Amino acid sequence: MSQYINPSDLTTILPAIVLTVWACALLVADLFIPHERKGWTAVLAALGLAASLGITLTQVGGTSTGFKGMVTLDGFSTFLNAMLLVSGLFGVALAYGYVRRMGLERGEYYTLLLFSVVGMMLMVQASDLIVVFIALELLSIPLYVLAALNARQIESEEAGLKYFLLGSFSTGFLVYGIALIFGATGSTSYSGIMTAASTGTSGLLLTIGAALLLVGFGFKVAVVPFHMWTPDVYQGAPTSVTAFMASGAKIAGFAALLRVFALAFPTLTADLTPIFAALAALTMIVGNLIAVSQTNIKRLLAYSSIAHAGYILMAFVPYGNPQVMPVSVAAGLFYLAAYAVTNFGAWGVVIALEKQGGKGLEVSDYAGLFWKNRPLALAMTVFMLSLIGFPPTIGMVGKFYLFRAVIDGGFIWLAIVGVVTSLISAYYYLRVVVNMFMQEGEPQTGSEFWLNFTWGLTALATVILSFVPQPLFAWASSAVLRLF
Amino acid sequence: MEFLSQPLTLLTFFPLLGVLALAFIPGERKNLLRWTALVTTLVTFGLSLWVLSMFDASNPSLQLGKPYDWITVAGWNIQYHLGVDGLSILLVLLTAFLTPISILSTWTAVEERVKDFMMFFLLLEVGMMGVFLAQDLFLFYIFWEFTLVPMYFLIGIWGGPRRIYAAVKFFLYTMAGSILMLLAILWLGIYQQTFSVPEMIAKGGIPNGVQFWLFLAFTAAFAIKVPMWPLHSWLPDAHVEAPTAGSVILAGVLLKMGTYGFLRFNIPLFPQAAVQMAPWIALFATIGIIYGAAVSYAQSDVKKLVAYSSVSHLGFVMLGMFALNEQGIEGAILQMINHGLSTGALFLLIGMIYEQTHTREIKVYGGLWKITPIFGTIMLIASLSSMGLPGLNGFVGEFTILLGAFGSQAIGSPWFAGISAAGVIMAAVYILYMFQKMFLGPTGSIVEEVKHHGHALRDLNWREILTVLPLLIFIFWIGLYPKPFFDLMTPTVHNLVAALPLP
Repeated sequence: MSQYINPSDLTTILPAIVLTVWACALLVADLFIPHERKGWTAVLAALGLAASLGITLTQVGGTSTGFKGMVTLDGFSTFLNAMLLVSGLFGVALAYGYVRRMGLERGEYYTLLLFSVVGMMLMVQASDLIVVFIALELLSIPLYVLAALNARQIESEEAGLKYFLLGSFSTGFLVYGIALIFGATGSTSYSGIMTAASTGTSGLLLTIGAALLLVGFGFKVAVVPFHMWTPDVYQGAPTSVTAFMASGAKIAGFAALLRVFALAFPTLTADLTPIFAALAALTMIVGNLIAVSQTNIKRLLAYSSIAHAGYILMAFVPYGNPQVMPVSVAAGLFYLAAYAVTNFGAWGVVIALEKQGGKGLEVSDYAGLFWKNRPLALAMTVFMLSLIGFPPTIGMVGKFYLFRAVIDGGFIWLAIVGVVTSLISAYYYLRVVVNMFMQEGEPQTGSEFWLNFTWGLTALATVILSFVPQPLFAWASSAVLRLF
Repeated sequence: MEFLSQPLTLLTFFPLLGVLALAFIPGERKNLLRWTALVTTLVTFGLSLWVLSMFDASNPSLQLGKPYDWITVAGWNIQYHLGVDGLSILLVLLTAFLTPISILSTWTAVEERVKDFMMFFLLLEVGMMGVFLAQDLFLFYIFWEFTLVPMYFLIGIWGGPRRIYAAVKFFLYTMAGSILMLLAILWLGIYQQTFSVPEMIAKGGIPNGVQFWLFLAFTAAFAIKVPMWPLHSWLPDAHVEAPTAGSVILAGVLLKMGTYGFLRFNIPLFPQAAVQMAPWIALFATIGIIYGAAVSYAQSDVKKLVAYSSVSHLGFVMLGMFALNEQGIEGAILQMINHGLSTGALFLLIGMIYEQTHTREIKVYGGLWKITPIFGTIMLIASLSSMGLPGLNGFVGEFTILLGAFGSQAIGSPWFAGISAAGVIMAAVYILYMFQKMFLGPTGSIVEEVKHHGHALRDLNWREILTVLPLLIFIFWIGLYPKPFFDLMTPTVHNLVAALPLP
């Protein structure tokens, strides 16, 4: 084309481009879809995600950079992009019946969701801080709107506003960090930063900049002490949005975090490793301890999501050790995938029990579920066991992998914190199981095809992948090997 | 897919077919459900006998299975490896033997949610078999943790009034130990570059200081399961609340998973640490023997009495095992079986009388022998077996254990065995006290009360006799002629002891 854009620039981020175009087209197409047939918009959105997923899968194994090194396509990005697109598909599947039942059915829902996925994908592929910033905004702003979608409910409105205000605040940290890093190194590209940093000038500014970046990402993935927004937003937002947010934003946030710190700041490992370790330990402890006292299932899962951010962060602690790094990051990616699968299933069950006006969301509303609806209760049991890290579920394999990496990296104390907090978490996850099996109650459950499909499929995947984790392991490992 | 046709794989996973069959039977057809579960477990028992027939007792190493690569990526080397040797063959048989008996005991005791009960029970059997057969630490850990899940539901759904408390306590207590073991397993996996137990034993070479910590981490998991004093407090709650069949399996098999773990992992993987720690384990075992016996005597609930007697009996098993000589370990293995038989019988019998009276308070009973002579006789045999009367199985086990512990180099002092011998006498005290109060003397108030409700106290029916009869046969068989049982384990135990760095 010209000196500004090459075809290879476009192919590097082709899945994101396709999805962007599709989302824009969907926005227009939605105008012509009558109000009582908004299900069509969901189907079209799912087709767009599937098309993008198809393109992503053809990219497996390929590597390229685009836009003068601002975005990268590699094994890491295809692995995570595939995960994000699948998350998007689950997000649509969960929303399909839910938004109608709750009276929230609007075409914008799906368009916003697609734009958010585009932001997440760009975040995964970014190799320049400016792109990270743009991608972060692109993923966040639709989520702010989606969180407040049920504006007639004061909680949803509060969720949207809180998420927006705190999110903007954290973005401020991120931008300030980028500015300081640019000041210290004269570059915003990862390779430029690394080159400048390894010559060893202005270390302090760079360290402060990196710390501020960590705050920004820590907010997105809900790491303690940047987690305060999570319970309120997760509780207030429509449940289908929460499910998508809990997986998607975490995947994107961790991906960007990892890429930035591994590629741009390898010189800062000595300063940053103890900080990562402390944050991971703090997140696991605080998340799990506060979850113990929750009685609302959405808040319980919100704190569980915070705790899991701690587990995943644990995988990045030994990132400065070149021998352990590939295994440990692969463990983190595997755990992210395991968490995403389990998470969608658990939120699917929550949606199945939720009623109009925020009813049906107490843990006690699950009493007697097994005797009313066996498959649903069994699926929820599988998800709870997986979140504890108990066999036969993928969560157990994930934790096995994760703790092994941490011990391999020499952080036995962190692994001990990890297993002890897992034990604490067993207490509150089991409370859900106790209610479903051992208490008497008359729970009402909703049943919609795509909802049942989502929790059914994820429950099967959670169990089956624990017996045959090899392919996912292999993919996660190769994804990391191509990162460097 | 060749591994699917392996005898041990079939033995382990056969009950899953039963689960599948149960899933298609409507919940109202309770008898069909019971028969399906019973037939499944009987076939499993048949499979275990088939395994026994192929088992070569003179061969000390692992048999009837070979490793298959399962997960091999990025420094992982996890195998699907089931195998059986002299340490586990008897426990495998015990598991397959006790499960149908437990199912039979639920015939009239479990009337609600029969389908789910049977499904959980068969899943439990899969987990237990896997624990005794797995030769890869990852595989073992999966089975080990998995057994918790069905047992948790069995206690929590079909248990007594405080079932939820007991179930959650059981789950969390056991998990607390397991997670420490998990860390040790991971450390070993990294250090030895494999999770295969035979390979790890062959490689050895773990530094002495590290062995100590790894030994402790494994001990945390197993000592809670056994349970060793002072980690036993979950056991009485779990037993009292569990349904009869759950108690039988809990005492008969699940506790043995702990003692078996010591035998299979702690001793051969960390031999130096095992030798160093032997006196300490012996000390805790001795305290457990005396403490369990003393607390048993103080119980007013007969099920709790038997539960605490388990703490005492398993103290003997631990003492014998950490004598770290052939006699001690063989006695310990045999005593594991004995405890499964006699305590299993006691729990079954208590369950049978409880079904009629709905109380387990010792003081409301009395003079039962006159009213229910068959029940009284069988109870007497089971009680005498439990207290170690010569001629019955308990005596052989305890005697061999004490013999081993007296002469043990590893323990280093005959005092532990000497004090433990007092535990045998104390067992006589609490068992005979229980028997006297319930079966002899003046007729207890419960007899009148039951009559008041319209039906007199009846003796055992044919099904109940059939349930306990197999146990009685083995109680006498082991008591009178234990040689075939010892023969199964001797070569393996000989090799195990020979590899120990005894002073």
